[in-house]
Amino acid sequence: MKIHQLSLFLENKPGRLSEPCRLLADAGINIVTLSLADTQQFGILRLIVRDWQQAKATLEQAGFVVNITEVVATEVADRPGGLADVLSIIEEGGINIEYMYAFTFRMGDKAVLVFRFNNPDAAVSLLQSKQINVISSVELYERAQQ
Amino acid sequence: MNGFWHDRGCSFHPVSAPDYLPVAQLRALQLHRLQVVVQLSYENVSLFRQRMDDKGVKPADIRTLEDIRHIPFVVKSDLRDNYPFGLFASPMSQIVRLHASSGTTGKPTVVAYTQEDVDVWASVMVRSFAACDLGPGDIIQNAYGYGLFTGGLGAHYGAEALGATVIPISGGNSDRQIMIMQDFGVTAICCTPSYFLHLIERAEEMGVDMRKLPIRAGVFGAEPWTEGMRQRIEPRSGIKAYDIYGLSEIIGPGVANECCEQHGLHIFEDHFYPEIIDPQTLEPVPDGQEGELVLTTLSKRAMPLIRYRTRDITMLMPEQCPCGRTIRRMRRNSRRSDDMFIIRGVNVYPSQIEGALLQVEGTLPHYLIVLTRDKDLDNIEVQVEVTPEVFGDTVGALEDVRQKLAHAIERTIGIRVKLTLVQPHTIERSQGKAKRVLDNRQL
Repeated sequence: MKIHQLSLFLENKPGRLSEPCRLLADAGINIVTLSLADTQQFGILRLIVRDWQQAKATLEQAGFVVNITEVVATEVADRPGGLADVLSIIEEGGINIEYMYAFTFRMGDKAVLVFRFNNPDAAVSLLQSKQINVISSVELYERAQQ
Repeated sequence: MNGFWHDRGCSFHPVSAPDYLPVAQLRALQLHRLQVVVQLSYENVSLFRQRMDDKGVKPADIRTLEDIRHIPFVVKSDLRDNYPFGLFASPMSQIVRLHASSGTTGKPTVVAYTQEDVDVWASVMVRSFAACDLGPGDIIQNAYGYGLFTGGLGAHYGAEALGATVIPISGGNSDRQIMIMQDFGVTAICCTPSYFLHLIERAEEMGVDMRKLPIRAGVFGAEPWTEGMRQRIEPRSGIKAYDIYGLSEIIGPGVANECCEQHGLHIFEDHFYPEIIDPQTLEPVPDGQEGELVLTTLSKRAMPLIRYRTRDITMLMPEQCPCGRTIRRMRRNSRRSDDMFIIRGVNVYPSQIEGALLQVEGTLPHYLIVLTRDKDLDNIEVQVEVTPEVFGDTVGALEDVRQKLAHAIERTIGIRVKLTLVQPHTIERSQGKAKRVLDNRQL
């Protein structure tokens, strides 16, 4: 149920974000979602794409340092308290969130949360036991194409 | 490998015989050659004659090797001041080749060779290669630049004289270098260590595992490099990385070379007489003590240099090498007194910063030191390329690496630095000497 996420090191300079995006566009790779973490010095661009292996190869070919991490995506109702409910479950389960980001698809009333956990497998079982819908990569990519 | 034999498989080439001369015989040979070259220079080089006369020293005063200390020094600016041919001791009719330094500061410095000089040069290169366990049957990829720079032709003639097969590929075009290395079954390469690191990286990107290729030795020089760099090169490429030392003013590559012990560089001192001096007092210091290397070309005919100050900081190692060579070794010299910079009153060598960076796991020595001055305060920034090994997916992990690197440098040089992580391949790769310091201070 885990999803491969690409992380790229970027220098914090004008124009540095567009290059990887352009490379992926030229390779015909669609970005399902992304998140950017940045400091004054540098940034980390995190991407979820369907063809992650091809994206990794494309970016590495161009000289980027690319890291693959396993993240967990869950679906919650897009309403007040939707996120808080999931977070309580995780908190009570004693699982540490390294970071997270959220997005919604064009259609539907659900939001998708992407988590990086210290222990992804334990997190998946915990969430599933609490009837939280953990989205598989196939499902995620299919939704993105709708 | 700890066999019974001290040479650990170093091949013996007949041309290497002077490497093993009994010391007394070596000293006698050096004295004889010194007396001849001093006489030759006195008779033919006006600058030398004038300086000797000013000090009241005559060639006949050189009775022992120790008497060399009475002879005045030659420095790099003497070569520039006598541009182009002012220091030649032989007529042009005897000179078969000219080379010149890269000349980053104004006019280049010119060096000349008679046929005899060219032959001596090839012989010391043969001895260098033989010390790296290379010989006939080896296929040597010579990726030093061919041209006025001494590296290319120096290694080329040496490799031919050795009886090896030379590929005169010269520098540049890394993809083709890797293709030829694979297709021709190259067993050894000559280039700068920083360029070889670049080739390793490029090969990895191309999906070529150098460890699986026949290449087994690298003869790396033309820039100072560190033991840490060797630790990065050898496991990733599966070769033995040897340090070769030389400078065009003296002859080019082949002044000194490591043997299979990889512990100090044997100076071919039957041709290049070494002294170590205190750069402040200019007095000679004994073997085992650090100072500036001063070299005298004992057999050069076209353009002998007597007591040339190299600006390289090293020492002569007092013990005899287990390999059996009697010629002395100099410690690996990763410091040049002239790429030293002074920041907030502290002398810093780029190699110190490199050493500090290499203490942190997973970093490659692709770095650039940028010096700036803001309101009379000097600032030092060290840019280091991020490698897949150090790149974690969280900001915290990267920040951790950044701070570790900054602290390692701070501990080494005692100055706080701004450490910036940069994307791979953003620091310019040099094909000749790596540029480590960018001094943007308006002094």
